[in-house]
Amino acid sequence: MSRNLTTSPRATYVEHCRRGELAYQVPAGGGQPIFYPRLVAPRTGEAALEWRTSAGLGTVHATTTLARKGEAPYNVALIDLDEGFRMMSRVEGTAPEEVTIGMRVQVAFVEGGEGEPPYPVFRPFDATGER
Amino acid sequence: MTASRHRGSVAIVGVAESDLGQVADGMTPADLMGQAAARALEDCGLALGDVDAAFAAATQLNMPVLNLCEYLGIEPHYLDGTHIGGASFLSHLAHAQAAIEAGFCEVALIAYGSTQRSAGRSNAAPQEISAYEAPYRPMHPVTAYALAASRHMHEFGTTREQLATVAVAARQWALMNPAAWEKKPLSIADVLASPMIANPLTVRDCCLVTDGGGALVVTSAERAQRLRKKPAYVLGVGESTTHRHVSGMPDLTVTAARESGRRAFGMAGLAPGDVDVAEIYDAFTINTVLFLEDLGFCAKGDGGRFIEGGRIAPGGELPVNTNGGGLSYCHPGMYGIFTLIEAVRQIRGECGERNVANCDVALAHGNGGVLSSQATVLLGSPATV
Repeated sequence: MSRNLTTSPRATYVEHCRRGELAYQVPAGGGQPIFYPRLVAPRTGEAALEWRTSAGLGTVHATTTLARKGEAPYNVALIDLDEGFRMMSRVEGTAPEEVTIGMRVQVAFVEGGEGEPPYPVFRPFDATGER
Repeated sequence: MTASRHRGSVAIVGVAESDLGQVADGMTPADLMGQAAARALEDCGLALGDVDAAFAAATQLNMPVLNLCEYLGIEPHYLDGTHIGGASFLSHLAHAQAAIEAGFCEVALIAYGSTQRSAGRSNAAPQEISAYEAPYRPMHPVTAYALAASRHMHEFGTTREQLATVAVAARQWALMNPAAWEKKPLSIADVLASPMIANPLTVRDCCLVTDGGGALVVTSAERAQRLRKKPAYVLGVGESTTHRHVSGMPDLTVTAARESGRRAFGMAGLAPGDVDVAEIYDAFTINTVLFLEDLGFCAKGDGGRFIEGGRIAPGGELPVNTNGGGLSYCHPGMYGIFTLIEAVRQIRGECGERNVANCDVALAHGNGGVLSSQATVLLGSPATV
């Protein structure tokens, strides 16, 4: 009988993506939220980690616009989720150069490429509920 | 601060570049490592038979230390292929110092070679992209540096003009270096008008893509004094890492240079005000700003203002990247070794019109990955030991 874990952190994360959920981890005893998902908490080394689903609201921490030859420019940003973790993503629904540091954003899932799972992007969030 | 017992225990005695820029068709990274190694040994008058430790890093070779040793036909008993990106060679120097001090070896050869221009960048340096970053198609490494620049501009008001000043200063130094790739003057307006790669970085805010290589020969202070040229003593070293991927960088405006610099200055018993010349890995214009801050030449956030008015250009108070840097001299992919080669030559007085007067203390600083690893070295003339 194998002593290996049956599920990888990546597999659990992707399973949540398929359900339109942005998942992250927290140490069981409390502490700094963890992203990217892994088997051991950074800094403390704790192995007892729990999964959570983010409400998907965050703030743009850093942003740039990429210009690849022959393609329309697109946004790449670092997003700080309100729960306290940071991830790379793309802000859509506004021109790439209109994305500003401090902008409030809300997660949305888009289809992945060939053979790839859905993945989270962000759209400008309007507190009145309109987007 | 009291200097440590490691201060001045070893010296760099031989330095050399390989062919640079665009090399002959069919040249390999091993050819360039071998060429540079042979020249570095000739530089100090030592022979292949004297080398008992080998260090190398490369992006095109899996086990570059082994390629280096096979090419030269040597069988050293101390091997180190530490690979932390462009800072690797400064780390190799620190490790060589420790090994020589401990008596595990006597003469260390450190080498690098790359044909990334000839081979094509995507062939030469395939980027490992995290599954959590890949869907967003970042162009690495430039995207990470652009994100860091966006944060520095937001927090401290750093401007595109200030970043462009870094490129302009590097070009001015390059025009005094016969080995430099770039031969034409560059203005701030030129930089701002260049094609944008990843906002706010234009192509002129980014390092060159060239071929090239280099080598260093390191030995004990005692042996160095018996060789033909003025030794460049290793006064202090330091290395550290804060992350691998930019999404994991704790603070986009603070690098591990804070730690590597602190350790190097501490070991040397010196402060930034003692530095006569600084060779700082300028993969992108934002790097020079960040490292001048983190190494303590100015306060955090003041880097943009610090470099204005020609302070780091020829004739300025703090000469930086006197060879023209990665921005204007050469950049084969992992630049760190060139910071040490130029620092040694400045101390020896071999830099001709670009030599800093009375150069006793030279700082070399390397960066790796996406601001991920940092390594700092302080070198001193015989007057400092």
